[in-house]
Amino acid sequence: MRSRAVVREMRGAYAFVERNINLIKRYWGWELVWLIYSLTNALAITYIGNGMSAITGQEIDTQAVVKYLLVGALIWQYLSVIFYAISEMIAWERWEGTIEYTFMAPVSRPTHLVGTTLFAIGYGVIRTLAILAIVSAFFRLDLSNANILGAVLMLLAGSVSFVGLGIWAAVLPLLYPERGAQMTNAVAAILLLISGVYYPVETLPMWLQPIAKSSPATYVIQGMRDCLIDGRATTQLLPTVGLLVGIGLVVIAIGLVIFRHVEVYAKRAGRLKRSG
Amino acid sequence: MCTTALDIKRVRKTFTRKERMPRPAEASRFSVRRRIKKEAVVALKDIDLHVPKGEVFGVLGPNGSGKSTLIRLASTLLLPDSGTLEIFGHDVEKDPYAVKRLINRVSVDAAFFKKFSPIENLMYAARLYGLPPSEARPRMKDIMWRLGLKESTFRQPMEHMSRGMQQKVAVARGFLTSPILLLLDEPTTGLDPHSKRDVQAFVHEIRQSHDATVLLTTHDMEEADRLCDRIAIIDDGRIIALDTPEGLKTLVPSSNGEKTTMEDVFIELTGHSFEDAEAENEEGT
Repeated sequence: MRSRAVVREMRGAYAFVERNINLIKRYWGWELVWLIYSLTNALAITYIGNGMSAITGQEIDTQAVVKYLLVGALIWQYLSVIFYAISEMIAWERWEGTIEYTFMAPVSRPTHLVGTTLFAIGYGVIRTLAILAIVSAFFRLDLSNANILGAVLMLLAGSVSFVGLGIWAAVLPLLYPERGAQMTNAVAAILLLISGVYYPVETLPMWLQPIAKSSPATYVIQGMRDCLIDGRATTQLLPTVGLLVGIGLVVIAIGLVIFRHVEVYAKRAGRLKRSG
Repeated sequence: MCTTALDIKRVRKTFTRKERMPRPAEASRFSVRRRIKKEAVVALKDIDLHVPKGEVFGVLGPNGSGKSTLIRLASTLLLPDSGTLEIFGHDVEKDPYAVKRLINRVSVDAAFFKKFSPIENLMYAARLYGLPPSEARPRMKDIMWRLGLKESTFRQPMEHMSRGMQQKVAVARGFLTSPILLLLDEPTTGLDPHSKRDVQAFVHEIRQSHDATVLLTTHDMEEADRLCDRIAIIDDGRIIALDTPEGLKTLVPSSNGEKTTMEDVFIELTGHSFEDAEAENEEGT
């Protein structure tokens, strides 16, 4: 009986994986545009590092700057894919008008989340690797010193937090049928500003630095630089990995509680009906 | 097994309608503040309803009378302000997952992933309800065939299909999971007569073979008369009459020596003409 329930939930989770793969197939034009945008963004930012000597007129180790910016750009690509894939789990249903059918189905919200997360991680990895492969043709990226295993561990740990943040953001389209999806962009932009993606958080104003330290992205990006640029040993990364998993689990738990309350509110107020 | 499919006790549902008021004359031109007027709209006023297992129960009423609210409450998509709503003994509010496994719904708007094919949309629904693909695939094809859909349409995007064909796929989605309570919210509205007949025949057939209970809201008086065992007429959030189709017809004396129709009953009891109800429906009010 229990195993049948587990199989049913697994089928439910896979429904979201398959649905999202189908969405990519059907909206491949958008995917291509989005990939070109992300790629040119990463290249443009990395070229800033390449041009540092020319900009300042001083002798600068541009390779170090390029690596610094490139790791930041690629990891942000990955984390933002996770964030948007989770936060759009409601927004897609709003756009297509199917939200009532999905909420009426006997699938628990954690199952909904597991399916969306599995897709998000797979999609994020493939997309980031594609960007990395193309960017490698433009810049010489020496990863001979990198701790790849540590980087994978760090990235997975960071994904947990971003799943949690995605759940928080997914609440917005549930609360605000018309504007909710746009609000999630503001959340992503704030994370980009404060998390040391392209510069050390110490360069931020003093009042922003405590906020920067509360962002899980700050630790993921720093940890990834430690692995990929400095080749730090996996054992030395474990405290950060543990911290990220801990923050992630807390953020997910709070996110699920908030989501549950907002879903009940939406059902009381009749907010599931409008397609936005 | 519980013999009561749907048991509604004193259910009340109110919505808050927000309306933006014009800026007061004395306000500054640059003021961005607007007054928002909130108005409570009572959709259902302490409704009581008892639908036994196996019945096709019709709900008739003008638009805005509360029919769709009733269906959404039974679908777990809305929560009542007060009262209780049980489906086969499971409380919709306290035990929604048990309820969700027993029901499915077909609504007037065939909501789908428009770029997906019928097969992709139905497979998504099947997986959500825990159906294995090996079981779901032949079943979905069988239902679509019986509804008169051609196999060539099974794999084309839904956005290329006519409204009638989309609605047939919506009906197929509703029946795919073999619900024991099927909630049909104006399933034939906007369909051409042929498509309407196909859907009605399928509902009739499923009722005979599957022993399902059906809660049907419709503006089609003939459809209600033909399909339903009992009909409730609802107006302004209240049930104003409830009986078998024949029982309802006895409430209204025949005029011009002709037999009383459901349309006569509807007009007499609600004060709305059938055309009014249809027009309101087309405006989407």
